[in-house]
Amino acid sequence: MTDKTNKPSGLTRRSLLKTASAAAGLAAGSGAITGFPTIWAQSKITLRQFGTGVSNINAIAEQCKKDLGITLEMTATDSDAAAQRAVTQPNSYDIADIEYWILKKVYPAGVIQPMDVKKLKYYDKVVPLFKNGKLKPDSVIAQGTAPHTVGYVEKPGTKTFAKSETEWFTMMPTIYNADTLGIRPDLVGREITTWADILDPAFKGKTAILNIPSIGIMDAAMIMEASGKIKYADKGNMTKEEIDKTIAFLIEMKKAGQFRAFWKSFDESVNLMASGEVVIQSMWSPAVAAVRSKGIACKYQPLKEGYRSWGGGLGLAAHLKGAQLDAAYEYINWYTSGWVGGYLNRQGYYSACMDTAKKFMTDDEWGYWIEGKAAKGDILSPEGKVMEKAGAVRDGGSFEDRMGKVACWNSVMDEDRYMVRRWNEFIAA
Amino acid sequence: MATVRFIGVGESKPKRNIRISPKLAAYLQAAPLTVILGVFLALPLLMILVVSFWDYDFAQMYPDFLTMNYVETLGSWVTWKTYLNTLKFAVLVWAITLFIGFWVAYFLAFHIRTTAMQMVLFLVCTVPFLTSNIIRMISWIPVLGRNGLINSGLVNSGLVSEPVEWLLYSDFAVVLAMVHLYTLFMVTPIFNTLMRIDKSLVEAARDAGATSWQVLTNVIIPLAKPGMAIGTIFVVTLVMADFSTVQVMSGGQSASVALMMKNQMSLLQYPAAAANAVVLLILVLSMVAGILRIVDIRKEL
Repeated sequence: MTDKTNKPSGLTRRSLLKTASAAAGLAAGSGAITGFPTIWAQSKITLRQFGTGVSNINAIAEQCKKDLGITLEMTATDSDAAAQRAVTQPNSYDIADIEYWILKKVYPAGVIQPMDVKKLKYYDKVVPLFKNGKLKPDSVIAQGTAPHTVGYVEKPGTKTFAKSETEWFTMMPTIYNADTLGIRPDLVGREITTWADILDPAFKGKTAILNIPSIGIMDAAMIMEASGKIKYADKGNMTKEEIDKTIAFLIEMKKAGQFRAFWKSFDESVNLMASGEVVIQSMWSPAVAAVRSKGIACKYQPLKEGYRSWGGGLGLAAHLKGAQLDAAYEYINWYTSGWVGGYLNRQGYYSACMDTAKKFMTDDEWGYWIEGKAAKGDILSPEGKVMEKAGAVRDGGSFEDRMGKVACWNSVMDEDRYMVRRWNEFIAA
Repeated sequence: MATVRFIGVGESKPKRNIRISPKLAAYLQAAPLTVILGVFLALPLLMILVVSFWDYDFAQMYPDFLTMNYVETLGSWVTWKTYLNTLKFAVLVWAITLFIGFWVAYFLAFHIRTTAMQMVLFLVCTVPFLTSNIIRMISWIPVLGRNGLINSGLVNSGLVSEPVEWLLYSDFAVVLAMVHLYTLFMVTPIFNTLMRIDKSLVEAARDAGATSWQVLTNVIIPLAKPGMAIGTIFVVTLVMADFSTVQVMSGGQSASVALMMKNQMSLLQYPAAAANAVVLLILVLSMVAGILRIVDIRKEL
């Protein structure tokens, strides 16, 4: 199949359509289209999806074409560019695949239309985390931009978010996860239990945090609160004073030589860990898998203060109407019907409709990824690569254990600009 | 008088004589370069200057005339510290590349006797430049790292008990990588000027009783100055504008002006980055002007 992910400045729309239709012809010729002779195949509906999350997974576009006949044009950008594009070029996309904190920034601009929950086939199956902020009835609502706080509006046309569940959903949640610190269990030489362990003088010059201000500041806040230096009212929305204190503390730690490096990209974090330059650092779950795939021990260590979590979903562009809007709803219903969910779960992320995803996973996969049980056989990635050997247990355990211990969500602060300026001071200091 | 006429050609017309005034000719000759520089240099610079006065939020820029971007840039100690840090790198890298560059060029120009051999050795100098800048820089990481070549060599030979930490992710690493990347920009112009020095000048100095040291300081170095100046301009402007070397080799621990701009751009704060760019441009241009005042590089051209 052809590669349907285009870079922002890459292929023109025309050439992309050409390759896409050629691919469709190829698929039809080879008998790949079996069932699903839907109307979309006849009218050649194309949906343009852009964003940060899963927009770079080609397998999803291929499966969508196969199941629905809808051609997906995907464009992946980084989160700041996504926020900008969502607002300034609202006609350049049909589906926005963005994180909830970006939604908080862009929704008031009127570029996303809310969804009628009655048209969402699997709305009932969405985990309660996205409806009321609680995974289980007794869970504590996390700080930051929790998805349910920006998940609903009272009616189409309003620019402010509703306080609780309504008929109008701003975004269908698709992918989310819980982030924590990665460690080299062979090199730390002791139990790691709290975010504050990164400050241990024993690890002087062997730690790293990430240099992406909006996420780095959250990791810093988790560390600082864990060490008992401060108690934030809301880590996700700090006051200027709290920002000042956090940055001052970071600068002090940097001057003392606690950090080895500040990484900006995924591969940098993998290399820092794999080469042994650092033994404990901020990390993302696929980076841990990448280090482990080199045969080097690496653990995504659960910590007692809980996780820093993030989540994204699919939003409908305001300009969608008629057949295009119907196709978009059908696409979202297909998305939540299980195949994609199973795919994402097997990558180590979580799907918003767990029940539908279960049907697309083996019992062993479900047990390993979601229930936190030991794997009976080798665990394969969706591409068929061995990720874990038989007997392995997922770091942090089950879905409920991990997502039930979220301390804060990625967020955008009111004092965003001030925070970024102070963060730059920390890096320059 | 017999004239040969082809059928259908008709009477030969009187030749049109296009006369252009010498003034116009001069303008026409200058036009292509003016257009290229105008469209690809002056216009973008003008736009940067204009944008640096605009207002912005996370999504858009708003045409305006605000000095806020300059006030924020120049009023912050981070900017000053970052500029100082960048200048420190520039001075260190300049001094080291000048020293190494001069002696390499000197060796090539005066100690290698045949021109063919000189060219071969000069080409050998350029061989590493057949690979990309980034690769040459990144390949230092496995050499300098905690478990890198140098550290494992030192530890295994028993010279040190603990790996040397400051080799990587430090100012040392940044300067080392920059010297490695930019020395050739110093060698080439100096080699060029040294090759033009009339050997009889050196002989005359020797006949007049000059020692080798005197020949070097009184004859060769003064004549090599234009080459040094050109090399200096290359190296200084490259170092002042560098962001990737500083980011990668310091492990994000150190800041440079261009890195600061890149951070601002990745957060879509284009007007702030534009203001920074204007300040940097003024600084670098005045440095180049200073160099040109000290050394007359026209001698070389």
